[in-house]
Amino acid sequence: MAIENAKSAQVGLTGNSAVALAMKQINPDVCPAYPITPSTAVIETFSSYVADGEVDTELITVESEHSAMSAGIGAAAAGARVMTATSAQGLALMWEMLYIASGMRLPIVMTNVNRALAAPINIHCDHSDSMGARDSGWVQLYSETVQESYDNVFMAVRIAEKVKLPVMVCLDGFITSHAIENMDTIEDADVQAFVGEYEPEVSLLKESELPTTYGAMSLPDSYMVFKKQQSEAMSGAKKVVEEVSAEFAKKFGREYGLIDSYKLDDADVAIVIFNSATGTTRVAVDELRKEGHKVGVMRIRLFRPLPHAEIAEALNGLKAVACLDRVDSFNDFGGPLFNEVRSSIYDLENRPKVISRIYGLGGRDYKVSDARSVFEELLKIVETGTVEDTTKYITI
Amino acid sequence: MLEVRWHGRAQQGVVTAAKVLGETCLRSGKYVQAFPEFGPERMGAPVKAYNRISDDPIHMHCSVSSPGYVLIADPTLIGMSLAGGMETSGGVTEGATENAVFIVNTPKPPAEMRTALELDGKPAKVFTVDASQISIDKIGRHIPNTPMLGALAKATDMVTLEDLIDDFKTNYAKKYSEAVIDGNVEAMKAGYESISEG
Repeated sequence: MAIENAKSAQVGLTGNSAVALAMKQINPDVCPAYPITPSTAVIETFSSYVADGEVDTELITVESEHSAMSAGIGAAAAGARVMTATSAQGLALMWEMLYIASGMRLPIVMTNVNRALAAPINIHCDHSDSMGARDSGWVQLYSETVQESYDNVFMAVRIAEKVKLPVMVCLDGFITSHAIENMDTIEDADVQAFVGEYEPEVSLLKESELPTTYGAMSLPDSYMVFKKQQSEAMSGAKKVVEEVSAEFAKKFGREYGLIDSYKLDDADVAIVIFNSATGTTRVAVDELRKEGHKVGVMRIRLFRPLPHAEIAEALNGLKAVACLDRVDSFNDFGGPLFNEVRSSIYDLENRPKVISRIYGLGGRDYKVSDARSVFEELLKIVETGTVEDTTKYITI
Repeated sequence: MLEVRWHGRAQQGVVTAAKVLGETCLRSGKYVQAFPEFGPERMGAPVKAYNRISDDPIHMHCSVSSPGYVLIADPTLIGMSLAGGMETSGGVTEGATENAVFIVNTPKPPAEMRTALELDGKPAKVFTVDASQISIDKIGRHIPNTPMLGALAKATDMVTLEDLIDDFKTNYAKKYSEAVIDGNVEAMKAGYESISEG
């Protein structure tokens, strides 16, 4: 292969470096941090920007992730733009505070580099951490590549501050966080123009005719009203994610939907999946298309709120679908993606058969051949009209 | 698309080697991936790293299982069934393509390594380079990664020695002292010049 001397405008960054660079360009007011593998390099790199005076951020090094989120909540309630990053056990230790951040409607942006939860202890990728937090009231965006991880961080800030809810940006541990890939960066000034100044309507430090309280006691006469408002904010977030993604595409040329469909229009069967495994599945789709099989893949980018109507519309007309979860719900009935996608399409008149396949736990590799095997199972279901195993572990 | 697999032990620099190779190819206009596969994280544990290099965007995000290029920074990994440190990792020749290029860090001749790799009579190419001795001579430490990169530039047309040196000088000037940069550049050149084919 000949080497060209043309210098590329692209750079090669790992997922972690790209997220840290995005945080530097955003220049948040406060970053409370307690680093954990595989997201350590996000905080490590960002803290060097702080030490070098390249950002104005107050970096608060705390004694645990519970404290990191607590400090973030305090700072956000005071009116600061707050960002942090974590993984696995770190996210688990934040559990209590995740609900408090969303319940107080604080627009904190956190990168979660997906890693398996112990036990047994494991540092590699699966989605058990962020999937466990799926009902914590955080908007969840999932990223396929290094480029998308970087881009999602900017969009997350806009989404969070518009809907007054915290946003979690997820990317795959090691597979994306530690992999160097080609990517385009955005100029600092363009980032600042896109994210804008953060001016909360109310905050503890803002002088206002309307005094505010955060974390007050709320009895049966009012608690449910708060929750209904929170629920409505989450429902409304879908439209905001669409608007912010459209504006991002217009300004920077990279388009991201709520879901990302590949060759679904005339497909008989499809895999529905998250994050980096999508690309691997896309390679299998291309191979099988060449062999004459009508197969496709759908990636869920926005999981909270769930774009259920878009999922149903995209899967309408298909005959069989496999939902691939990189996590087990330990419910004897498949993973979260399976249950939510299956529920989303329930009202379709001719709904496809849907199966659950659990793959890649604790970093187990998911290869093109694994995706092909699932497609072959789906094609057999279409041929025979029978599902032998509704739920099954693969890549084992 | 070219697929590369690096085998070494933690602290021998194979993750950095894959990084430098990826960055150099990216700078020449290619789409690249460079990523590690860590097993148990401790000094001396087997480590793998991978590269994909292509003229088109790369969508695959699995490990490299059919490499056309295998670089072995530590010859004691040859013959081990767990050369990646994990039960599923296989040996150094696992899945390599029929015409794969093997570059082994060893003072021994290529013919002996071909036998050790169980590649006698097969079309695979086997090269050797004494990267450990070069790194001790040029850097003063046993980090055989940069001589292996130099050897790769000589054995294949994946990358040129000049581009590797240019990338290393540009991207690592902030991280390492001038003496370390110069030592590694000398090590790359020595690896390039002293590789043997057999």
